[in-house]
Amino acid sequence: MSENIHGFIYEKDTDGIVTVTMDMDGPVNAMNSQYRDAMQNTVAKLETETDLTGVVLASAKSTFFAGGDLRELSSVAKGQEEQQFRMIDDDIKAPLRRLEKLGVPVVAAINGAALGGGLEICLACHYRLALNTPKVLIGLPEVTLGLLPGGGGVVRSIHMLGLEKALPLLLEGTRLNAAKALEVGYVDALVDDADALITSAKAWIKDHPSACTQPWDRKGHTIPGGNASNPAVRNLLSVAPAMTLKKTRGLLPAPERILAVAGDTMSVDFDTALRIESRGLAFLITTPAAKNIITAGFFQMNSVNGGAARPKDVEPGKVKKVGILGAGMMGQGIAFSSAMAGIEVVLKDLSLDAAEQGKAYTARLLDKQIQRGRKTEDDKNTVLGLIKATDSYTDLKGCDLIIEAVFENIELKNNVTKEAEGYLTENGVYGSNTSTLPISQLAEASAKPENFIGIHFFSPVDKMPLVEIICGDKTSDTTLARAFDYARQIRKTAIVVNDSLGFFTSRVFGTYLDEGARLLTEGHDPVLIDAMGKQVGMPVGPLTVQDEVSQELTRKAAATHRDMGVLGSNSDCAVNIDLCETMVSQFGRGGRYHGGGYYEYAEDGSKTVWPKLYELYYNANASVPHQDMKERLLFRQVIESLKCLQEGVLRSVAEGNVGSLLGIGAPAWTGGFLQFVNTYEHHQDTGPAAFVARAKELAERYGDRFTPPAIAVEKASAGDRFQ
Amino acid sequence: MPHTAYIFDALRTPRSKGKADGSLHEVKPVALGAGLLNALQQRHDLDTRRVDDVVMGCVSPTGEQGGDVAKSIVQFAGWDESVPGVQLDRFCASGLEAVNIAAMKIASGWEDLVVAGGIESMSRVPMGSSGGAWLYDPEVALHDSIVPQGIGADTIATLEGWSREDVDSFALASQQRAAHAQAQGYFDRSVVPVKDLNGVTILEKDDFIKPNTTLDILGQLRPSFEAMGKLGFDDMMLRKYPQLPAIHHVHTPGNSSGIVDGSSAVLIGSEQAGKDLNLTPRARIVATAVLSTEPTIMLTGPGPAARKALTKAGMTTADIDLFEINEAFASVGLRFMRDLDISHEVTNVNGGAIAMGHPLGATGAMLISTVLDELERRNQKRALIALCVGGGMGIATIIERV
Repeated sequence: MSENIHGFIYEKDTDGIVTVTMDMDGPVNAMNSQYRDAMQNTVAKLETETDLTGVVLASAKSTFFAGGDLRELSSVAKGQEEQQFRMIDDDIKAPLRRLEKLGVPVVAAINGAALGGGLEICLACHYRLALNTPKVLIGLPEVTLGLLPGGGGVVRSIHMLGLEKALPLLLEGTRLNAAKALEVGYVDALVDDADALITSAKAWIKDHPSACTQPWDRKGHTIPGGNASNPAVRNLLSVAPAMTLKKTRGLLPAPERILAVAGDTMSVDFDTALRIESRGLAFLITTPAAKNIITAGFFQMNSVNGGAARPKDVEPGKVKKVGILGAGMMGQGIAFSSAMAGIEVVLKDLSLDAAEQGKAYTARLLDKQIQRGRKTEDDKNTVLGLIKATDSYTDLKGCDLIIEAVFENIELKNNVTKEAEGYLTENGVYGSNTSTLPISQLAEASAKPENFIGIHFFSPVDKMPLVEIICGDKTSDTTLARAFDYARQIRKTAIVVNDSLGFFTSRVFGTYLDEGARLLTEGHDPVLIDAMGKQVGMPVGPLTVQDEVSQELTRKAAATHRDMGVLGSNSDCAVNIDLCETMVSQFGRGGRYHGGGYYEYAEDGSKTVWPKLYELYYNANASVPHQDMKERLLFRQVIESLKCLQEGVLRSVAEGNVGSLLGIGAPAWTGGFLQFVNTYEHHQDTGPAAFVARAKELAERYGDRFTPPAIAVEKASAGDRFQ
Repeated sequence: MPHTAYIFDALRTPRSKGKADGSLHEVKPVALGAGLLNALQQRHDLDTRRVDDVVMGCVSPTGEQGGDVAKSIVQFAGWDESVPGVQLDRFCASGLEAVNIAAMKIASGWEDLVVAGGIESMSRVPMGSSGGAWLYDPEVALHDSIVPQGIGADTIATLEGWSREDVDSFALASQQRAAHAQAQGYFDRSVVPVKDLNGVTILEKDDFIKPNTTLDILGQLRPSFEAMGKLGFDDMMLRKYPQLPAIHHVHTPGNSSGIVDGSSAVLIGSEQAGKDLNLTPRARIVATAVLSTEPTIMLTGPGPAARKALTKAGMTTADIDLFEINEAFASVGLRFMRDLDISHEVTNVNGGAIAMGHPLGATGAMLISTVLDELERRNQKRALIALCVGGGMGIATIIERV
């Protein structure tokens, strides 16, 4: 006889063991209002049982339990902290506390992923049994969403594992497979056979009828490794803030709050610590960082990866053989990523030697992975076996995709297009990995411009997760769908943008470099300028990154654009272009790999400012508040992104956010350069109105380039957000 | 004195049981103190750059309450980085000592605006955590005949002939007066609710008071110090008081001060600072005194300290409208009234530490706010505050409304 309690199937057997099988509405079990009803009523019913001997908590879904309801969480507005705190403390925590104090053994039978709230439920059980399958993932990834595990995850992890073991798991949101979870101690035993999971759980209950007290409820319990009075714990608590800040730069409230809750947990009793944890989660839920990270990093990322931009009526397809033209840095990276996905690769360069060198790159990367124990010699041979290095176009025969990655020169690219495209299969796709040249113009050299598309990779290709797909004016839906499917096939996230100078990512990135150049020529200290870029959350300061990109490349791209008559046609980066020109032509400072740029580089990789730079530009009287410097560097990119949306270069807000996060290095806390506007706070105001007001201030102080684009002004006056 | 030390305001947190199940256990000492400083700053729109020093008493300055906790509190409150802070320890007098030191800083003219108060999270940093030679060095304890304070309190009652009912009656009055005062809102001006990082109230009012207690209930509690006395401490005491045949152990948890968490802050400054910052003086500090008496009985200092302060002020008890004696133990209050020959009618009129608890380092400055509010409510002029102190010390402060 079973009963359905708000999606929890409650079934008592003749031995007095109740199996609660979670089978909530929707595809997964989640910590939403249905769950809260289900768990509270289930626990209440268990408490009234008279001959209860144990409880097994199981799932009817392929995942055990999926964690918090992010939609619900991300809709919580500022000011609702108290209501959230009560909900977390009374409706989520209290029932779990009652569950672990039922007086009978409670066993979690983990058949699939138990992440976040899912693991927190398991931690409130006395024993955790997991199926030994790759489906099982265990961990508390809340921090990666700007949150903390508020269902007891912080406190129970610490009381189970000790601070030293728990802290990295909590701060990094590590997801563990079943074996690793067993090793860490989150799981007590593994079961190989899915059908034996429940019976094993019941058997354990029968063998351990009195195992119904959690360690933290036992008399004399101490946290493994000691509490705040233990010298080793004290050491950890004193260095953890610095180690955390080194990673977050003070921009992410979640790790800081986790650390604070962990610190308090070491000084107070278990129940008090749980309450402090609830307050911490209530706090984080309404922070802009959490909203931004959940919106862009989760929902929009899922929608982009789910193919929102892919034409729906084209059948999915897979690339079998890809031809790559040019075995330079980009070509060899594309070859690696493609071969790793099992695609046959033809890597062509002018000479066989150059092509072989490109192939050797894949061998080197795999050697590294073999050293780390992630790959075997066999894997390496298989992957290398897929790559054919050649100097002959004829080897391209039978490719269903060709990606051109030769120098950024229109004439060269046109020649290559004409030489290569004939070898494509019927309706094969020809992609150009250009970052600076207009796709529609390149497509003019093609006999089939409808099959021509931009496939813009980022360097280093093996590490950078983004591909920017650019549609020319004649690119067909089928071609777009093929390019998109290929990107997914090689496990990249793809955004689709319309053709425009610099597309989306390079265009926006250019403004970051330009604002850095402006700050430099205004007389600010280069060290300070780069520090401000990092303090606002960019991976590298604008001057350092210009050195990496190379002043030489910026100058060349500008020259090409000048020749084409399109220089500065959509954004004004004149200051940076002039500066790069000066640096290269007058001082031979072409960039890091051209002997040095704004910085001089030592053998050991350390760098110091090129002294002449101070002589040329430094002005001790130049003074701009640090906050303004940081916001200038950020706002330039945000405004450029808004313009891209306004002009239709960006086809969706989601792609703008995901693209800026993965391709430009938009700070995680912003949720991307468009989402940033939605939660921007200024003078008691929040959202586009606040952004517009601040942009106007910056425009007044520093120039028209900060004038908010019409699309932002419209959103502000409509009280709307970028969605 | 070249300068008058004015009291511009006096605030305190509510108090709660100083154990894991107390309402304030979840609030770390630094946060408890910082919340109060924030309230002080907001209430007066205080330009914190003008604060010369923050002096805070703390009796267990170790662990998360250690390392000059006053400075940590100032920073955690987000006060201007120019504001220093110092923690001091004169045992149970620490909070009032902070007030007196602040008054001296102002009176000397060497500083203009000082915050004085205290912090004690007894639930998180238990009494005795910071150790001390007087507690844990046998040679020192033998040298000075150190006995647990409760035995000193029991000795005072024995010497004076006060029965269990006498001390319980004093305790009952404390509970009834505190309950009445709280119900009437007499504490509302100075008690600042404790909030969490979300601004959600954790504790609004003192929740240690037991308004429904009776002499009967109090009478059923077992004496706290009998067992310790039997171990040998009674004999140690009797060597000093050979006229007594035995110590009567009359003190229980019901007629001793409660172990609680709490914090206090008093804003003290010069006339000029008040003018500059638009602060209205509520009272001035007339005189302060500290001294020491017989260390084994330990708790007889308040009366002599009060006398010393009165002499300094050129006053007698007749000039004082209200008295506050910290109710460390009921016999301390009774002894203080007897020493000064004053009535319970003008002493601890709104109850004391027996009802509300004694957060060691914070209490002294809490008493300033309690009695100042009451002087204003009654439209009276002067009050004298006194506490007994470890080591036999006593402390007193006289304030006068302006």
